[in-house]
Amino acid sequence: MTNSHDHDHDNEFDPMTARVRALETILSEKGLIDPAAIDAVVDTYQNKVGPQNGARVVAKAWSDAEFADWLGKDATAAIASLGYTGRQGEHMQAVFNTPQTHNLVVCTLCSCYPWSVLGLPPVWYKSPPYRSRAVMDPRGVLEEFGVTLPQDVDIRVWDSTAELRYLVVPMRPDGTEGLDEEALAALVSRDSMIGTGLAGATA
Amino acid sequence: MNGPHDLGGKMGFGPVAPEDNEPVFHADWEKHALGVTLCSGALGLWNIDESRHARESLHPADYYSSSYYEIWVKALESLLLRHGCVTEQELQSGHAREKAIMDKPPLAAADVPAVLARGGPCDRPAEADPAFAVGDRVTVRNINPSGHTRVPSYAKGRTGVIEEAAGAYVFPDDNAHGRGENPQWLYRVVFTGDELWGPQGDPSLTVSIDAWESYLERA
Repeated sequence: MTNSHDHDHDNEFDPMTARVRALETILSEKGLIDPAAIDAVVDTYQNKVGPQNGARVVAKAWSDAEFADWLGKDATAAIASLGYTGRQGEHMQAVFNTPQTHNLVVCTLCSCYPWSVLGLPPVWYKSPPYRSRAVMDPRGVLEEFGVTLPQDVDIRVWDSTAELRYLVVPMRPDGTEGLDEEALAALVSRDSMIGTGLAGATA
Repeated sequence: MNGPHDLGGKMGFGPVAPEDNEPVFHADWEKHALGVTLCSGALGLWNIDESRHARESLHPADYYSSSYYEIWVKALESLLLRHGCVTEQELQSGHAREKAIMDKPPLAAADVPAVLARGGPCDRPAEADPAFAVGDRVTVRNINPSGHTRVPSYAKGRTGVIEEAAGAYVFPDDNAHGRGENPQWLYRVVFTGDELWGPQGDPSLTVSIDAWESYLERA
């Protein structure tokens, strides 16, 4: 094995499985962690907290001008009113796309992401290609997501270098006037709330 | 630190690779990596700034060849070693050999939803008036601390405009190293693409960073 710890005790596993299992075993044996709590953490982010939360926020903002106004002024409180709070969503800011300006969120220094409304970040969001280029060549990055913005649309990139977490509110698609919030939420993709997609498109 | 994590404006990493219908986890060990990291963090022996610094302190070759959960696991090992929660011998054997350094009960499964829903707010009462106002032109200081900092390299020496004074927040450069929270005013600073990237910068681009007061000086 080439990793720094020679896990000869569990060499039936691949190196990362063995490494994490060793940590979990040691810490459990010492009473420092409870394995059942690990399952509860995973259950939270696999089944409960995800982009469906953010989609409900956006759909409500599209449907309710008063809520949209609140979301613009105090996103943390407006989002909390729908029950979405907590880790990596303690200090929220909503940024609204307009016909003139498209917003794109990145964390060039690590992987800061609004977990409370979007769940855990996708691999590409945490990886060097996106983190290096989003602040310099956002149009090139967007092309890789199949998004081409008109040249006369300004791009604003928000680099999450502190503890403020950004949620993009995409523009409401045309022809959706009669839809209720649930139907609208179905149009709001995860990527549209990062800025690498548009609402009404899949992904 | 000017570490491998400071990626804004770097080149050569290739295209972004979005994955259709990406699963939340790509392997079972990733679930455990997330869970062990969060449960270990709940011991309260380190803060988020120290854990970020542990990740960015990986050797650059290791950082760039690791997936993000691999980075988390490697950094968690270094945090647990530093704080006496595990020993090298234990990591090698995969079992506890010594008694735990603390007898605080571990984070219980029943408490996980409440702990995650509470999070860890890091805004603090401001101890002074803000030095800058909305609309002020500021330059990011050319500072190169060897420890943790949240100044992205691409903004150093660049001049932008204060868009918002966002309140006082725990200062990560101190908090990561046990020097206290020492909250400072945090500002959103907006730069043009031309200011950051020169004449070839996208003329339709503006970029904002969130910068603590001591990162900035009046332009």
